[in-house]
Amino acid sequence: MFNIIKLATRNLQRYKRRTFLTSMLITLGVVAVLLFISVSGSFKALMIGQITDSMLGHLQIHKKGYLASVDSLPLNKNLTGKQTNKVKEILDAEEAVEEYSMRIKLGAMFSNFTETTNIRLNAVIPKQEMAAAPLLKDRIIDGKKDGLIEKGEILVPELIAKGMKVKVGDTIVLVANNKDGSVNGQTFLVRGILEGISGPGGRDGMIHLEDAKSLLRFTEPEISEIAIRLKNIDQLPTVFAKLKSELESFRNKEDKPMFEVHTWEKISPFFNIAKMIDLMTLFIKIMLVAIVLVSIMNVMIMAVYERINEIGTISAIGTSPGKILGLFITEGFLLGILGTVIGVAISLISITAMNASQISFDFGRQTGLLLSPTISAGEVITVALIVIGIAVAASLQPAYKATKMDPITALRHV
Amino acid sequence: MPLIQASQLEKTYVAGDITVNAIRNVDFSIEPASFVSFIGPSGSGKSTLLNMIGALDPPTSGTLQVAGQEVTQFSRKDAAQFRGDNIGFVFQDFNLIPVLTVFENVEYPLLMVQNWPKDERRKRVLELLDAVGMADQVNKYPSQISGGQKQRVAVARALVTNAKLVLADEPTANLDRETANRIINLMKRMRDEFQTTFIFSTHDPKIVQNVEITFALEDGRFTNSDNSGGGSHV
Repeated sequence: MFNIIKLATRNLQRYKRRTFLTSMLITLGVVAVLLFISVSGSFKALMIGQITDSMLGHLQIHKKGYLASVDSLPLNKNLTGKQTNKVKEILDAEEAVEEYSMRIKLGAMFSNFTETTNIRLNAVIPKQEMAAAPLLKDRIIDGKKDGLIEKGEILVPELIAKGMKVKVGDTIVLVANNKDGSVNGQTFLVRGILEGISGPGGRDGMIHLEDAKSLLRFTEPEISEIAIRLKNIDQLPTVFAKLKSELESFRNKEDKPMFEVHTWEKISPFFNIAKMIDLMTLFIKIMLVAIVLVSIMNVMIMAVYERINEIGTISAIGTSPGKILGLFITEGFLLGILGTVIGVAISLISITAMNASQISFDFGRQTGLLLSPTISAGEVITVALIVIGIAVAASLQPAYKATKMDPITALRHV
Repeated sequence: MPLIQASQLEKTYVAGDITVNAIRNVDFSIEPASFVSFIGPSGSGKSTLLNMIGALDPPTSGTLQVAGQEVTQFSRKDAAQFRGDNIGFVFQDFNLIPVLTVFENVEYPLLMVQNWPKDERRKRVLELLDAVGMADQVNKYPSQISGGQKQRVAVARALVTNAKLVLADEPTANLDRETANRIINLMKRMRDEFQTTFIFSTHDPKIVQNVEITFALEDGRFTNSDNSGGGSHV
């Protein structure tokens, strides 16, 4: 095998310019793919991180049917205390769960004493919420961040704060209907202004869970939503499947599932963008395959055509068809390796350079997000194997043609 | 026992409606360590006969035994194996592999065909290169040596595997008179030294003068009246 590699290397050196140009074409393809994967992957991971860590959590559990009518924030679809406890038992036993946060979601009238508007609110237990959505406090653009919120305080969404000319330290009134239709009002101190983000719940205000209970006059504990943060997002599919299976065993009086569990992907529209990024990555990979296939095949067809007489000679002196096949496939393989190695090296250097230069970008209302492209060893190996595999595949037809060549005809070729 | 035994050998090429009888029902035998030439005008069938003996081209009919094996029924792979084990080739255009040095060209059949161990391979290659007078050119590439030197290397490559038979198709056609004479003398010396049979196809009177047995071909037949290859002893 070493001898075939040696001979194949010499043959590639014979046409240095062609070998260089073909390798560079493959290199270009590899660099394009790896950089695209790293940058788009970084963008995707950043966005997913922003969405899950500053609002949604990785998973959410609701009473069955809640999510379908979430726009109206239905209080009659809240989880009861008993139901909440069942879920808590399961979550406490699940090792992959880092933290979960109990939320009451409600709609209210927001008054600054001169004007009134509608507001959507999340009522949370601050400690739980900060652990389940660790980037949430970074969204507080004005006011105290530590401790998130205390009883009697409100975090007002940026747009409402601007529209209603509300500042940190002001007092406002929230008026809400409970599920029986009775109205209650409560004053709150504006603790901070909350930056809006894309996606569901991204423009909601925030109050303490105990305040929501008193505002809504809950006589029994009720929870609208349980947001769950996992220790590792890669475990999402496994944990989701496990929770779904466990929660499905709880049935209501109509023998229908009592709970529903959703991943962030189901809840956030950004998942479609993430899917588009994956699709674009796939297309870029297909383009790479086409580049490698066409360039290697072209080179190998030329190599066979130019060396017909030589093929006849080595065949006449007893080289087996298998070795001739191996020789030409090895040439394609080496071209693929050369292009890939250079491409991977350039890509890794470029990724390091991009990280060093701290490229920032804006996403929706969020500005100055720092792009930190990374690529996993798995992705690099996958791309390398694709390129090398295609290089070998592209060499097969010319190599096969070489082995099938009649030695006499080949020897006569000028 | 003859090295080559052919009986009622025929080769017919069909191209569309045209049928060409390249070799017509010939019989001949060649003994080991012979120095033989097939002579005749272009199209007489010399190269076709050489190709059939070399297991490069199967006969249309008849039997052909070379080195004790019937070569008419070989598969492509078996034919390659047979050639690698028994036959050396010397071509009109030398046909050295341009990316390999003189040493590597001669080493090629031992390395890629017969898988000799490294030390034995080196010893054998140097022995042959010394025998053909090319021991001082081992690291040169074919583009760096003359036509005569290339043909010497080709002879060394043909003999390096201890081939029983060397087939040389017009080996002096691209050489000047003096170089051609040297190559013929070299081959004769190699025959004497290694007891290898040399068979040439040629127009070249220089070779004809030097060979021991001549088979004259015309229109696919030996010119002997009985069409058997008794050959003319020179």
